[in-house]
Amino acid sequence: MDSIEAMYQENILDHYKNPRNAGKIDKASVHHHEYNPLCGDEIEMFLVIKDKKVADVKFHGRGCAISQASASLLTDEIKGKNIDDLKNMAKENILELLGISLSPVRLKCALLSLDTLKNSILIFEKYVGK
Amino acid sequence: MLSTKTIMDIETIRKDFPILQRKIHGKPLVYFDNAATSQKPRQVIEAIDFYYKNYNANIHRSIHQLGEEATAKFEEAHQKTADFINADSYQNIVFTKNTTESLNLVAYSLTAGLKKDDEIVISQMEHHSNFVPWQQLAKQRGLKLKFIKINKNGELDNDSINQNITKKTRIVSLTHVSNVLGTINPIEKIINIAHENNALMVVDGAQAAPHMPVDVKKLDADFYAFSGHKMLGPTGIGVLYGKKELLEEMQPFLYGGEMIREVKFDDTKFNDLPWKFEAGTMNIAEGIGLGAAIDYLNKIGMDNVQKHDRELVGYAMEKLNGIGGIKIYGPDERDAVISFNVGNIHAHDVAQVLDSEGVAIRAGHHCCMPLMSVLGVPATARASFYLYNTEKEVDVFINAIKKVKKVFG
Repeated sequence: MDSIEAMYQENILDHYKNPRNAGKIDKASVHHHEYNPLCGDEIEMFLVIKDKKVADVKFHGRGCAISQASASLLTDEIKGKNIDDLKNMAKENILELLGISLSPVRLKCALLSLDTLKNSILIFEKYVGK
Repeated sequence: MLSTKTIMDIETIRKDFPILQRKIHGKPLVYFDNAATSQKPRQVIEAIDFYYKNYNANIHRSIHQLGEEATAKFEEAHQKTADFINADSYQNIVFTKNTTESLNLVAYSLTAGLKKDDEIVISQMEHHSNFVPWQQLAKQRGLKLKFIKINKNGELDNDSINQNITKKTRIVSLTHVSNVLGTINPIEKIINIAHENNALMVVDGAQAAPHMPVDVKKLDADFYAFSGHKMLGPTGIGVLYGKKELLEEMQPFLYGGEMIREVKFDDTKFNDLPWKFEAGTMNIAEGIGLGAAIDYLNKIGMDNVQKHDRELVGYAMEKLNGIGGIKIYGPDERDAVISFNVGNIHAHDVAQVLDSEGVAIRAGHHCCMPLMSVLGVPATARASFYLYNTEKEVDVFINAIKKVKKVFG
């Protein structure tokens, strides 16, 4: 990271201050809450899954700029995608979305939304139907 | 600050700490994470280095020159620690790994003798190290765990102290200074209340021993725990002070080599104090390093350290309050710790921006998740000071906070 301005660039601050897909979905196929005890970051994600595809997604949470911007960017990214493909998403995909590099500690903040998504899909498959 | 400067020459002190020469992102390091761990002066680093280069040997059992030298130095470190907190003897001083291990030792050994429904009292502001051991042992042994509440200033609530410590109380375990709020608890008064109720008093001194003179006899504490690494010493060495008659009665916490006097097939006689509690090969170099740290603090004088730290925290509070939009947690009268939040900006983002200016602070729950829930915040930023910190560094910190507001403005 060259400078702090590069980390908190316009794009990230914009997603942090004006998160896309913020809110809840009453009739979601699955919703799941993840917590990062290290930072106190929280994300709850609501997914509507139809024909193995993400028909809609919303999230709400609180935490640092990186965790919340990452959730905003990720929820935008996954709409219409096949859940089998989403299970294969890796940290590189998240870093690509954010467009920055992160220290190992802050990486946990960035990956909280991905963990929430993956665990939501696992719960959906286990309890709701494949 | 003039008066302190005449007694304590901070620029000379700073030269003893090699790490303070480091640049972070091209800027001078401002180390304000002392409540997590302090930096180490060359005198401590050299004492450890000298041990390994000149008289490294196992202690107590070696009948050779190196072993005798190592044993003498390690035992001398116990005596220095005893003198540092005005304990009667080195026999009152048990070396452990850290404060957490000291508190676990007390918690395991003391609760072994308790009956179902006996009560243990701690507080809402305890560090996990003085919280989780009692909570888990209370569950295992059917004991009742009660919590002294904090008031809105972040001090222990007087009524709650009196309501919770009763004739049913067997153990009270409280922090001397809060690692989050900086609150200096009225420990001497609470020890009196505990003793009036025939309860034993354990004090977590991790944040107090590095910053103020501690006199365990004047306090009349039954147990007092602290860590070497927060007071200029190395990691891996902690201290448990205990009254001799109590330590003698208590069962050992760890069994094995060194803590024995005689082992037969059907029974074992334990060693004398304090070795009865120091099983296996100890952290010898670290114990010797702690001795060197105590020498260093004594040379400066704990009264001077306390005066410096309190003045610096006062200066920092005033400057922080001057910025506007900063929420500070805890009382005005405090030790060298300030927990705060900058508006609604998450503490991790605050710490990240400060790091870019070379300023190291802590952000998170500070191992006090129950306290965070009482404060109603997921995390705070925390700046904590020590004897090598200066007003000039506080000014750098304040400018960095202003930058946080600009970045997230």
